[in-house]
Amino acid sequence: MREHRYLKNVTTLAYEPAKCTGCGLCEDVCPHRVFGLENGKAWVRDLDLCMECGACSKNCPFAAITVRAGVGCAWAIMASELRGKKEVACG
Amino acid sequence: MSNDSQEKREVECSCADCCSVSASKDSEQSDERYVHKNVGWIKSQLETASGPIPVVSTQLNWRDSSGSFAVRLGIKRMNYAVRPGLYAVGNPNSSSFVFVSANFKLSFDRLRKELDGVDGWILVIDTKGINVWCAAGKGTFGTGEIIRRLEATGLRRVVSHRTLILPQLGAPGVAAHQVTKESGFKIVYGPVRASDIKLFLGKGMKASEEMRTVRFNLADRLSLTPLELVLTLKYVGAAVLILLILDLLGLITFSWKTIYPYLGAIIAGCVGVPALLPWIPGPAFAWKGWLLGMAWALIVNVEQGLIFSGSPGCAQAWPRAASHFLLLPAISAFLAMNFTGSSTYTSLSGVVREMKAAVPAILLSAGLGLAFVVALLAGVF
Repeated sequence: MREHRYLKNVTTLAYEPAKCTGCGLCEDVCPHRVFGLENGKAWVRDLDLCMECGACSKNCPFAAITVRAGVGCAWAIMASELRGKKEVACG
Repeated sequence: MSNDSQEKREVECSCADCCSVSASKDSEQSDERYVHKNVGWIKSQLETASGPIPVVSTQLNWRDSSGSFAVRLGIKRMNYAVRPGLYAVGNPNSSSFVFVSANFKLSFDRLRKELDGVDGWILVIDTKGINVWCAAGKGTFGTGEIIRRLEATGLRRVVSHRTLILPQLGAPGVAAHQVTKESGFKIVYGPVRASDIKLFLGKGMKASEEMRTVRFNLADRLSLTPLELVLTLKYVGAAVLILLILDLLGLITFSWKTIYPYLGAIIAGCVGVPALLPWIPGPAFAWKGWLLGMAWALIVNVEQGLIFSGSPGCAQAWPRAASHFLLLPAISAFLAMNFTGSSTYTSLSGVVREMKAAVPAILLSAGLGLAFVVALLAGVF
């Protein structure tokens, strides 16, 4: 299902294939199927589907994936802006 | 019927779920603060090596269903939590599956309902009464809490295997390899939706692409709109009260004709955009809201005879039309922008990018619109 698409070229997701061992956990956890697995290596299928939830980088045992994780929530961004916080999270 | 309505609330997270529950900041508080007011869902006790474990029903009763309905409407958002700990479904033994759940009662209910006919254990961890996805984002559905809860419940004495099945949406908070390193328990990520659990188990704990993908279909989106609307209407109520007072003081003339354009703009932003999300052009939510608000402003101005009318009803026609064109799309755009938090696919970087353009535009438009309203009230035109 590819009916929803958000802004392009914005995600902070970065992947270093050299560190990948092909465990496939990133493919398992991504709710938007950003990662695929081929020939024992993960590969990025569609970067623009990334919502920066952070599941892949958190679960990569070899630190091959980095992303600035946070919530894509305008309300939370305004709240953290008003409180002068760097981190953007709910509540 | 109740099963149907439950199905439609499959979407795990909405920002509203996260934001409006005032979670306790103190993580050291005891589990005793979670009081089960109605324990109709606990059927019996099962004796284990770690003491008696409550056996829970896999059928949802009317109390469970009406409770979830109330939560969606924003009536009963506090204390809708389950006490953390170990629970049993069916008649589990030491080799049965262990499922990990958040202690938000809707998450827990959804899971136990789908485990009908399965013998298993449910490890409920303390997520401060917040659903899996939001809690994972905050880190309360997290590595540390899972390890703590494993020890607190004595799970390793209850089961002989060392595998935990987690909801996939818990992954943003959990480093699976860290849990294994510190506790010896291996983590398997199950499907996104609890309704796929039996299929997942049947396929030897393998999830299909479809089972691993988050959805945001019409039913998911519409199930979130009542809460959005209720939260917004609280402010509207206050605004109407102020207008009524101004009316009583003789400062303005309060009428349905002056109010309904704004109510319509709110509904366009809170209900119209979520419902029509994939069909309104452009990826940015504020833009989608602005388009819908503009269409509404056009309808209002034509309906009130302010534009495209041979003989404008009054001399104030054009400034009133202008105030609608400036204010109504700004309101819809702002509310639609806030729906980013309820959506399941917007990224932090994307929303920041969107807001950099949208917020100044909304403020400018609303400011000019308000200037027209004030000028109209002051009799400038």
